[in-house]
Amino acid sequence: MALAEEDIFAKVQEALVDALGVDDDEVTEDATLVGDLGAESIDFLDIVFKLEKAFDITIPREELSPEDILTNSQYVQDGVVTAEGMAELKRRMPWADLSEFEKNPRVQDFGNLLTVRDLCSYVKSKLG
Amino acid sequence: MRWIWIDRFTEFSSGSHACGVKNVTLGEEVLDEYCPGYPMYPPTLIIEGMAQLGGILVAEHFSFEKHVVLAKVGKSKFHQPARPGDQLCYEVHLDSVQDVGATVVGKSHCEGKLQAEIGLMFAFLEEGRFTDGPLFRPVDLRSMLRAMNFFNVAVDSDRNPISDYPALLAAD
Repeated sequence: MALAEEDIFAKVQEALVDALGVDDDEVTEDATLVGDLGAESIDFLDIVFKLEKAFDITIPREELSPEDILTNSQYVQDGVVTAEGMAELKRRMPWADLSEFEKNPRVQDFGNLLTVRDLCSYVKSKLG
Repeated sequence: MRWIWIDRFTEFSSGSHACGVKNVTLGEEVLDEYCPGYPMYPPTLIIEGMAQLGGILVAEHFSFEKHVVLAKVGKSKFHQPARPGDQLCYEVHLDSVQDVGATVVGKSHCEGKLQAEIGLMFAFLEEGRFTDGPLFRPVDLRSMLRAMNFFNVAVDSDRNPISDYPALLAAD
């Protein structure tokens, strides 16, 4: 049975509270994982483990962290994601809102892109 | 001083769980300064002992061929202090395994009472990125496992005794 959006949010929220040691009320839909919730790179592995368990899904590494795209000279020039790279990112991450990032797609800003809403959308896409 | 914070394996089931004991003694220097006037074993070393037990559980799951390091201490609760004379019985279970890391959940009991609950996450170092070669000399790791009675209790997933590992017999 498909989970309602509020149920997905509640489970994502619980995973983030556990993984990041933040309070429930800090985990809003608009909160960014890195900037607002203080996630560090190692926390993403923890978040992946917790989401896999909470939703009984498998999360391939490259789906949440498209490092291969962001380090590929075919897609990045002078630290900026090219149009071809943006297309690849959108193809890889259709669940993420990349509209703000696209205005000035500097690779260094990508790390602070994902929001709690994006994460919920990703889980929803995995649940089908 | 050896940086070993479990005394002995008491149970080891490959890919499932590991149990071990830690005897707390007043002769250990670590009890001197942690809480002057009230000798107790530092909770951080309970985490470390549990991480050693869990790290071996994870590394063994991959036949000691991955470079396993403690990456994160998750939610932990300490219900009572560990005092001189206490025997802490640790038990860790493999929780999740991925190609880049693993999680374990651990409990410590003292005289049958729950003493601590600890969640741990391990990461696997990529060869050549953070390390060249194994984190331990295979011969040292094997000696350490023998000293901790690992091979006396270790069984594989079919409950057959484990006698050795090719990765630990490799030449240095």
